[in-house]
Amino acid sequence: MALSTRGTPFRSRRTGRRLAADAGLLALAAAFALPLAWVVLSALDAHAGLTVKVPDGVTLANFDAVLKPDITFTPMLNSLILCGGGTLLTVVCAALAAYPLSRFRSRLNRPFLLTILFATSLPITAIMVPVYALFVRVNLIDTMQGTIFFFAASQLPFAIWLMKNFMDGVPKELEEAAWTDGASSFQSLVRIVLPLMGPGVAVVTVFSFVMMWGNFFVPFMLLLTPDQMPASVSINEFFGNRGMVVYGQLAAFSVIYSTPVLLLYVLIARRLGGGFALGGAVKG
Amino acid sequence: MGTKVAPPRRGGLLRSLTRALPLAPAVVLLLLFLAGPIAYCAYIAFTDLQLTGQAHSSFVGLDNFRTAFKDDAFRNAVWLTLVFTVLSSLVGQNTLGLALASLMQRASKPVRTLVGGIVITAWVLPEVVAGFLLYAFFRREGTLNAILDWLHLPSQNWMFTLPILAVSFANVWRGTAFSMLVYSAALNEIPKEITEAAEVDGAGGWRRLWHITLPMIRRSIGTNLMLNTLQTLSVFGLIWVMTRGGPGNRSQTLPLFMYEQAFQKSMIGYGTAVALLLLVVGSLFSVVYMRLLRTEV
Repeated sequence: MALSTRGTPFRSRRTGRRLAADAGLLALAAAFALPLAWVVLSALDAHAGLTVKVPDGVTLANFDAVLKPDITFTPMLNSLILCGGGTLLTVVCAALAAYPLSRFRSRLNRPFLLTILFATSLPITAIMVPVYALFVRVNLIDTMQGTIFFFAASQLPFAIWLMKNFMDGVPKELEEAAWTDGASSFQSLVRIVLPLMGPGVAVVTVFSFVMMWGNFFVPFMLLLTPDQMPASVSINEFFGNRGMVVYGQLAAFSVIYSTPVLLLYVLIARRLGGGFALGGAVKG
Repeated sequence: MGTKVAPPRRGGLLRSLTRALPLAPAVVLLLLFLAGPIAYCAYIAFTDLQLTGQAHSSFVGLDNFRTAFKDDAFRNAVWLTLVFTVLSSLVGQNTLGLALASLMQRASKPVRTLVGGIVITAWVLPEVVAGFLLYAFFRREGTLNAILDWLHLPSQNWMFTLPILAVSFANVWRGTAFSMLVYSAALNEIPKEITEAAEVDGAGGWRRLWHITLPMIRRSIGTNLMLNTLQTLSVFGLIWVMTRGGPGNRSQTLPLFMYEQAFQKSMIGYGTAVALLLLVVGSLFSVVYMRLLRTEV
C-alpha cells in the first residue's frame, strides 16, 4: 500500500516527462525532416520548385528523365568502380595489417597504432592540393586507379584501427589449435579469424564504402574527364552546363544517388549506433 | 612461418619480419599516398610552384606564409573558419547532439526510433546532396522563407545576407547525428541509480545535468568536440555546393581559400602553404585527441 501511494505520483511525473521529451524530440525532428521532405516530394513533383510542397499529382517523370546513360548510369557505375575498388583495397590491406597488430606482441605495435590513430583524424582536405601536384608528376592524375589508391590510403588508418579492435574480440585459443595442426598464420586468418569476425568485416566494408561514395573533393580534384566522374561530382552538372536547373530532376537524381548508402547504412546501423559507436575510435 | 606463440628468442629478427609482412601492403599504400603527399606538402609550401610552368619553381622560404599573414583574404578565411567551427561544431552539433541524446533517454521508443532515423539520414546522405538540400532550404524562394512568410516574419535572402550562418547551419544539420550517437552511448553508461538518487534528493534537471551528467561524460565530451572540430575544419563540398565561398568571399573558409589560390589563381605553392597551416592545426587537435584516448592503446 505504502509503495503504491508513493509510486503513483512518481510514475505520472515520469509519464509527463516522457510526453514532454517526445514533444521536444518531434519538434527538433521536424526541423531536420524539412530538407529531406523537399527532396522526396520534389522528386515526385512535375512542377518542383525550391519550397517544400505536396505535389498536385505524383509522377515518375523526373526519374524517367534522369535514368539515362549519361546522366545516371555512367556516373553511378563510375562511383561503383571507384568506391568498390577503393573499399576492396582498403578492407584487404586493413585485414592483413590488423592481424599481426592483434596477434603478435611487438615493440612496434604501439607506435604504429598511435601513428594510425593520429592519421585517422588528420584533415585530408588539406592535402588535396599537394596530392594533385604529386599526381600530375607521376601521371596518375585523371586515372581511376590513382583515385582508387588515394581513396584506399585515406580510409586505411580508420579501417585498420576498426579492424584491429574487432579482431581483438576473436579468442586466440581457436587459432592456436589450428597452428598446432600446422596451419600457417595466413590460413588461420582467412579460415578462422575473418569468418569469426564477419560482422566486424562487414562494418569496415560498409563504412569505407559509404565514406567514399559520399566523398566529393577527392574525385573532384583527381579526375578531369567528364566520362570518369562519379555521381558525387556529376551532380554538379545539374547546375552548370544544363542551363536552367530542373529541380525535380535534381531531386530525383539525389534520391537515386543516396539510396545505396542509406540501405547499406541500415544494414550495419545496429553495430555502429549501439554502445560501441564507431569501434572505439570515440570511446571515452 | 607461424608456429606457436613463444617468447622472442635469439634469431627472432627473421621471424619478427615474417610476422610483420602482412603489414606491408597497408604501409606501402600509406607511405605512397598519405605520408608522401604530406611530405610533399611540407616541401612545396616553401616554393613558388605554379600551375603553369611546373618546370622551374624555386625555393622561397617563408615567403608564402608571410604573404598569407599579410593577405586580407587569408585573414578573412581564418576568421570565417573560426566562426564556422565554433558555430557549427562547438555550439551547434555538440549542444544539439547532447540535447537530442538526453531527450531520447526519456522519450518513448517509437519516437526515439523515428527521430534517430531522421537525424541519422541527414548524416549518412552524401555531402553534395546534403549541400543541395540545404541550398534549397535557404534560397530566397526556399522553404525557410516560406515558413517565415507564413508566420508573417520578415524573410530575406539568407545566402546573401548571412552566408556563413547558412553554411554553419547546414553543417549542424548534417553533423549532429554523430554527437547524438556518441552522447547516447555515453549517457547509457551512467548507472541509473546515481541519477535516481539525485532525483530523490531533490536535485532539479539543470543541477543534475551540471553536477552529475556532464562530469560523468566529460571524456566523451572531449573526444566528441575534438572529432567534430577536425571534421568541420575539413568541410569543403558542403560549402562549395551551397555558396562556392561567396558571395564575394563571405563564406570562404580555409579549404575553399586554399582551393581558390591553388587552382583558380594557379598559385599551388601559396595554396599549399595554407594547406600546411590547416594540416598543422589539424595535427594539434589530433594530438590532443590522442591524449584523451591515451589509455586505449
